[in-house]
This record gives sequence, C-alpha cells and structure tokens, in this order.
Amino acid sequence: MTSPRSSTPVAQRRLPFGVRLAIWGVVGILLYYVFLVAAQYFTNPDAPDAFNNSIKTSAQQVSNALVLGAIYALVALGYTMVYGIIELINFAHGDVFMVGAFVSLFFLTNAPAPLDFLGLHLTGSIAEPIVLIIVLIAAFLVAMAFMGLVNVTIERFAYRPLRHAPRVAPLITAIGVSLILQNIMQIIVGTGDRKVPELVPNIKIGFLGADIRLISIVIFLVAIALMTGLQFFVSRTRLGRAMRATAQDQQAAQLMGVDLNLTIAMTFLIGGALAGAAGVFQGQYFGFVRFDLGFNAGLKAFTAAVLGGIGNLTGAAIGGFAIAFIEVFTQAVGQARWSQAIVFVVLIVVLVFRPAGIFGQQIGERA
Amino acid sequence: MSGRLANIGGPGFTSFRSRVRDIAETHRSLTIIVAMAIVGLLLPILATVPPFSIFQPQDVWLNGFSNAGVFVLLALGLNIVVGLAGLLDLGYAAFFAIGAYAYAYGASPFSGIHAPFIAMLLIGALVAATFGVLLGAPTLRLRGDYLAIVTLGFGEIVPIVFLNAEKYTEGTNGIGGIYPPDIPFVEFGILNPWPFYGLVIVLVAIVMVFIYRLQESRIGRAWMAIREDELAAASNGLNTVTTKLLAFALGASTAGFAGVFNAAKLTLVSPDQFLSTVSFSILAMVVLGGMGNIWGVALGAFVIYTIQIVLLKQLNAFFGELHVPILQDINFVQYQFLLYGLALVLMMLFRPEGLFPSQRRKRELHAADAGEAEASAVAALDESIT
Repeated sequence: MTSPRSSTPVAQRRLPFGVRLAIWGVVGILLYYVFLVAAQYFTNPDAPDAFNNSIKTSAQQVSNALVLGAIYALVALGYTMVYGIIELINFAHGDVFMVGAFVSLFFLTNAPAPLDFLGLHLTGSIAEPIVLIIVLIAAFLVAMAFMGLVNVTIERFAYRPLRHAPRVAPLITAIGVSLILQNIMQIIVGTGDRKVPELVPNIKIGFLGADIRLISIVIFLVAIALMTGLQFFVSRTRLGRAMRATAQDQQAAQLMGVDLNLTIAMTFLIGGALAGAAGVFQGQYFGFVRFDLGFNAGLKAFTAAVLGGIGNLTGAAIGGFAIAFIEVFTQAVGQARWSQAIVFVVLIVVLVFRPAGIFGQQIGERA
Repeated sequence: MSGRLANIGGPGFTSFRSRVRDIAETHRSLTIIVAMAIVGLLLPILATVPPFSIFQPQDVWLNGFSNAGVFVLLALGLNIVVGLAGLLDLGYAAFFAIGAYAYAYGASPFSGIHAPFIAMLLIGALVAATFGVLLGAPTLRLRGDYLAIVTLGFGEIVPIVFLNAEKYTEGTNGIGGIYPPDIPFVEFGILNPWPFYGLVIVLVAIVMVFIYRLQESRIGRAWMAIREDELAAASNGLNTVTTKLLAFALGASTAGFAGVFNAAKLTLVSPDQFLSTVSFSILAMVVLGGMGNIWGVALGAFVIYTIQIVLLKQLNAFFGELHVPILQDINFVQYQFLLYGLALVLMMLFRPEGLFPSQRRKRELHAADAGEAEASAVAALDESIT
C-alpha cells in the first residue's frame, strides 16, 4: 500500500516513476532474453543449429513468461493489498482466481438468454474485430465484477467477524474458504480440464524468429493497463488514500474519518476483480481451466508478493514477473517438474535474507 | 457443584466420585494410561455390537481403528504447534512423509537395511524434527503468518521431491515391501489386525502422556504465553524463537513417529499418501476437536477419521442398495473436503474453542467478544454524551 511518488527534492529531478519502471522493465526483459539464450544453448550445445534454435525458442519463452507473469502479478496484487491492509494471508485468493477463470468460461459458453444477441455459446475464436473486442471486454467485466463481489462476500462472512480474534483464527477460516471454493467447483465441473474457447484468432506475429501469439500481446497490455489503473487509484483517489491510511494505522485512520469496513471491502473488491481478470487470461491463453488450478497459482503469487515486499503494489507486480521468469527458465532448461520446488526455495531464501522483500525497503514505507 | 452431584448419586456415590477425581488429579499421567487401556479394550467390543457390527466385521473395524490411531497421533502432534503454541502449520503431512520414508530407508529390501522398529520410531521422529528445525529456524524469526505459507509450500514440495527423485524413491510407485514391525513375541501380519491395533493404542498412550507432561511443564506454559501474547511473553524473558522452534520440532517429530508406524503398517510408502489434503484433514480434526485440549483433539481425530472412512463410504453403499432416489446419486466421499472447509469456517466463527474445548483456550478465544462488548459500551456512552 504505498505510493511510489516521492516528494523529496532529489526525486523530482529524476524521470517520473512510471517511465523509470518501464525502462528498467525493458532492460530486465532483454537481460532475461540473453540469459535464456545462453542457458538453452549451454544445456545442449552440440545439437545441430543449437544457437539459432535457442534464439528462436527464447523469444517464444519470453512471451510465455510475460503472460504468466501478468497472471501471477494480478493475483499477487490481491494478496499484497489484503495483507497490507488487514495483515491476513488470504489463502482463498488463489481459488478466487480459479473461480474467475470458470466464470469467464461459463459466460462465454452458456451466457443467459438476454445476452443472446452477442452471439455467445462460443466454441472457437471470433474473426470480426468489433465483436471480438466487445465480447472480450464483456468477459473481463463479468469475471471481474463477479469475483470482486465474491471476494467481498468472503470478507464479510469469513474474515470481518474475526477481525479482533487471535491471529490464527482468520488464517484457519481462509483455508476453510479455499477448500470450500475448490470443492464447490469440483462438484460443479468435475476433476478434469475444461476447455475454454480462445476468442482471439490465432494470429502470429513474427519477432526475432519466434511467432508471438496476438493474445499474449493483448494480455500483456491489458495487465499493464490494470496495474497502472490500480496505481492511479491507490495514489490519487480519496478511497485509495483511505486504503493507504488504513494500511499504516487502522485506528488512526478511523479517527480521521475513514470508514474502515468500506475501505477493507473495497480492497477485497479490487483484489477479487484483478484475480477475475487473471482468470480470464488463464482461460484465453492456455485454453483450459481446472478446479485445482488456484492452489499452485496462489502459492506462486504469494511468493511473488513476498518477493516484492508484502504490502507493496509495485513490488508485487515485479515479483509476479520475476516468479514467472524463474518458472519459464526451469522449463527452458527441461526441468519443468522442479519449477514448483524452485519457487518454494526462492520463497525461503527471500524470507531468510530479505524478509522485507527485494523492494521492501527501497520504495516501501511499511516496516 | 457437589450439591448437584449429591442429588444425582447420593452421598456415598459423591464421595466415590470425588475420590476418583482426586486420584485422577494427582496422577494424571497414570489416568491417561488407564483411560487409554479402557478405550483400547472397549473399542473391539463396541465393534461387535449393533449398530457398529452392521457396517463391517470386527477385523475391518480394528484395521480402521489402527488407521484412525495414526491420525490421532498426527492430530496430537499438530495440536502442539497449532493448539499450544498458536502457530499455523499447513504442511504437516510433509513431516508424516519424512517419517514414513525414513522407515522405508531403514527397513526395506529397497535399501537392504533392516533396522529394529523401535529404533526406527526414534530415528523417524528425529529426522522429522531435524527437518522441522531446518524449516522453522529461518521462518520463526519472522511474523507467525509466514510460517503458514512456508509450511504450505513445504507440504507441497516434499511429495514432489519424493515423486521426482526417482533414483532414490522409485517415484510414483513408491517404496514397497517394507518390513512390518519386529517386536519380540508379537507376529505382525496383514491378516491379523490385533497386533497393529494394540501397538497403536500403546503409541497413542505414550505420546499423550508425553505431550501432557510437556503441556504442564515450564515449556508448555511458555507456549501458551506466546500464543496468548508474544510481546508480553518476550518481555518477561522468554526466548520466543527457541520456544516456538521447540514446539514446531516436537510437532514434526510426532508426525515422524506416526509416519514410521504408518509405513510399517502399510508396508508401502508412495508420494500420493502425503498430499496437502492430508494436512488439511489433520487441521480440521484439531480445530473441530478443540485446539489445545489433548483429549478433545484425540477424540476429534478419531471421530472424524471414522466418519470419513467408514460412514461416508458406507452411506454410498447403503443408499445405493436401497435405491433411494436422490441420495443414491450423491458421492458422499466427494463432499468430504467441502465439509472440512465448512467446518473450519463455521467452527472459527461460532465455536472457535472446538467441540471439546480446553478451558483456558476458550477464555482466550472469547476475549475478543468481551473486548467488543466493551467497545460497544464505549460507543453507547459516546452517543449518550452527544
């Protein structure tokens, strides 16, 4: 919950924060690309045409990593906002993401009758650009609104009554809610993968010898837009200021006239909406959803939030991309089955050496 | 209190009861052993009496009781961490797995070693405790919540490691042909459930006495002090990190203990026995039974395990045979974790002290209500002023 805008005189002479972040982001992606090329080349240097192949597949993998990172980042933002404001690890958040993916699936395949004019009940992509954009926006809005409301409901019934209880109590209800969401979905949709119609036509754009899917560009841009919007909301609006104040000191914020319940509910609403958007990404990019998707995604997103310094929005977003980079790297060198374990080791290492997160002290105001 | 009792049983009865209570109060460890002996004798008899005998024969019941005993051990161990020290461990099954694999390496044709069972019980507990310390030492310095997420991750990773390190663990197939316990004069076999049943009763009794004595010791009081107010405990000179670490390690070692028994009973260990669902089941047992109360936790684990294994499965068969219209299509086993989730949420909201609460924990968990009452009184006062 921090505003990266700094009002110290030194900072005013620097470039705006967003521009600096973008520059560092591009530098980071390029470095990662070079690193991937090297890693893939040295994994198997004797293969024919090894160098050209590694250049090609690396570009592909960078685009995968950016999409995956966008998903983790959006989920991680929900974790970090909730932790920042009420100091609760919301274990159910990963499952909120999973349910969001299913909501977009249901919307696209079984939209209710009044929406028939949209021509839903889809099975594949939409060629007409205007219809595609409308349906995509509708899918995002439905998933985001629904998951926002679900998250607020969870807060109202499972966490709010326990706000003054011993710390372990809301953690236990959070695990309970996670089990409930997961098993309700399992009962509704079964245990197998469910196919999601991929709306965006499979157009490929050549880039550094790799074919980048159009959908991955769409996802990346939407994610950046959402994160910028969130940053704006938290740093510039009244409610955003209330959220930051509550995160710093609940009692003091209340004395200053902040409506605590409303502010916390807003935090859950936004977190749920972002997770819902990430759910749409999951369906649209990978083309499937499964009931137990939320568990691993949640664990990774939480690691991302810790990596970026819990309570720190920018940190969580960067952490999400960092975790995705690590995961794609393990896939690139052919050790995908260990990716989960490596992410966990990262979590432990960060907690041991830098419990405030990599960016915790640089931008964060919270101890 | 005594007046009410006198009305029930007459004066002679009251004096007998109070004498029994006096003895029980002064020799609590002995009481636990006697109570476990009584339970151990009663259960096989109960299994032969309707309505229990309708479900399944006595041998199957006994086998189920031995498995339930494993979960009682696990719940007792997790109770040290969650109930006594107030730390949330969400990957408890990992230590169960470590204990089980330790036994698999110590007593199976796979490793070619055959260490004695009793020694392996201690070694399994020790190995699990070591992992507990390794995991807890960096994490417990931080806020308590971090432990929850780290253990959740650990609980995920340990089965993955056992699954992926095929060279050392035989991957998905697991390590089979593990030797059953070798205790003199007792023949452990698959067909005869009695030895395992007797063994698990003894193990549960030992662990219960051990935990009870810990709970009433200086360490136990330190755990409860930390649970209730860590800052106050630290300012009274408690080393909170070491004390929490001790709770975590002892919890882990109990799981290791249970893991050794389980491996010896099943003669097979494989990664899918230790998924995170096991951790959540044990947590539900501890929460339902009553965090912090040994008997409550043990009873909670026993009842939930029996319901889960016997009743839910039998209900399916039962309704299926009778062709009850809607109920026969419901797979009750499928709802198990939904029920656990609901139980966790509802218990925390409405009865956080569990079904069989410890008095102290109950007071503590309801302190929040008292605080709220105070706050509303203050608010009312404010209103009356303005």
